[in-house]
Amino acid sequence: MKKYTIHLTVNGEKHTLEVYPNALLLNVIREDIGLTGTKYACGTGQCGACTVEVNGEPVLGCMTLAVAVDGAEIKTIEGLAQPDGTLDPLQEAFLDTNAVQCGFCTSGMILIGKDLLNKNPSPSESEIRNHIKGNLCRCTGYNGITRAILKCSK
Amino acid sequence: MDNTEYLRPSNLKELSQIMAGHKDRATVIAGGTNLIPQMRNGGKSPELIVDIGDIQDFSFIMEDDGFISIGAATTIAEIASSDIVSTFSSILASSARELGNPLIRNRATIGGNLANASPCADTALPLLALDAVIRILSPGDKTRDVVLNNFFHGYRFTDLGKGEIITRIIFPKPDDETTGSQIKIGLRNAAAISVASIAVMLTMEGKICRKARIAAGSVAPIPMRVSRVEQLLENQEISTTLLEQCKAIMKKEISPISDIRGSAEYRSYVTAVILERNIQRALS
Repeated sequence: MKKYTIHLTVNGEKHTLEVYPNALLLNVIREDIGLTGTKYACGTGQCGACTVEVNGEPVLGCMTLAVAVDGAEIKTIEGLAQPDGTLDPLQEAFLDTNAVQCGFCTSGMILIGKDLLNKNPSPSESEIRNHIKGNLCRCTGYNGITRAILKCSK
Repeated sequence: MDNTEYLRPSNLKELSQIMAGHKDRATVIAGGTNLIPQMRNGGKSPELIVDIGDIQDFSFIMEDDGFISIGAATTIAEIASSDIVSTFSSILASSARELGNPLIRNRATIGGNLANASPCADTALPLLALDAVIRILSPGDKTRDVVLNNFFHGYRFTDLGKGEIITRIIFPKPDDETTGSQIKIGLRNAAAISVASIAVMLTMEGKICRKARIAAGSVAPIPMRVSRVEQLLENQEISTTLLEQCKAIMKKEISPISDIRGSAEYRSYVTAVILERNIQRALS
């Protein structure tokens, strides 16, 4: 199988990559680019641990071919904090509300939480719980996560 | 996976050239959310993937001259949040909101949902109840229209021939006397393949039902219209007795199977329940 040359801008940095046409965006981000904050968990599009932003919209990295997003602006969890390390208010909220246990769902939860707050700055608890339906957590029972996003709701 | 090629035309002209040369070996995707799981588990090995997700001509929601038109590559998320869709076809908006999960909806498309032709296809039911028509682009740049009710021929087998692509879905704007309701029974709140689902559109004249459209999913090899129940309802006052007759006829018209998501007996039972519930909701 021949490889394809693609260009991805990831967290503001340009990357030129040679990928197989069946390579998943998730694996290209983790292995070719080396950003492992995005997680490979179920690999079947059901858990949301592989959530990344493509051109501003959160999608599943395991359900997206890297070749299909050639030219796109990608944002991963590593791109959320400021360059000087200052955490996003939502990241701070996750620390405050016991929203993290093992941490495997966390990068996806933060990105989808951020997506909701960008689209609706004052979400209610039920709007939050509805929006995170594609992100599973096996540890926390979702209350801390919901409280964190609610903390950032105006 | 032996050898897969990938092409992503950026406009209709490029698409036309690709399909002219490759119509027998092309697998068309837009979001890819059906093909990727099929490649990983189901062992599907497409020779050539043609990705139409970037073609702007296929991504729109329009209200025009008595019709609503939706481009085939419009994402389910766009449909779920569209004012036009929620105003003129609330059952399509609410079905879209129940498809997959928010992340899948950002990539999955309405054309893909129909072309994949699962009997559980979430957008197929409201579209059947809305009397939708599909526009198809054939090799040689010809187009043809197919009534959605004639599009599904058998289990995952549609009217699409080699090299044919769904380009848009069109349905007439329902009038003021028409209301609808849809219910999907799933085993969980998201990412649920439906166990049984029904969409209903009723046009009322006072207490008389002038037109009924009933679509059922996951209870037959295809998403289906239940014409015998529609005929029973039309030009009648919808009494409790009539509803009971409809439920009994419904059970005879469907052919559910038992699988990992539920038994045939349960599906038969719950389909009748949600038929009644949908009709009551549409009338209230």
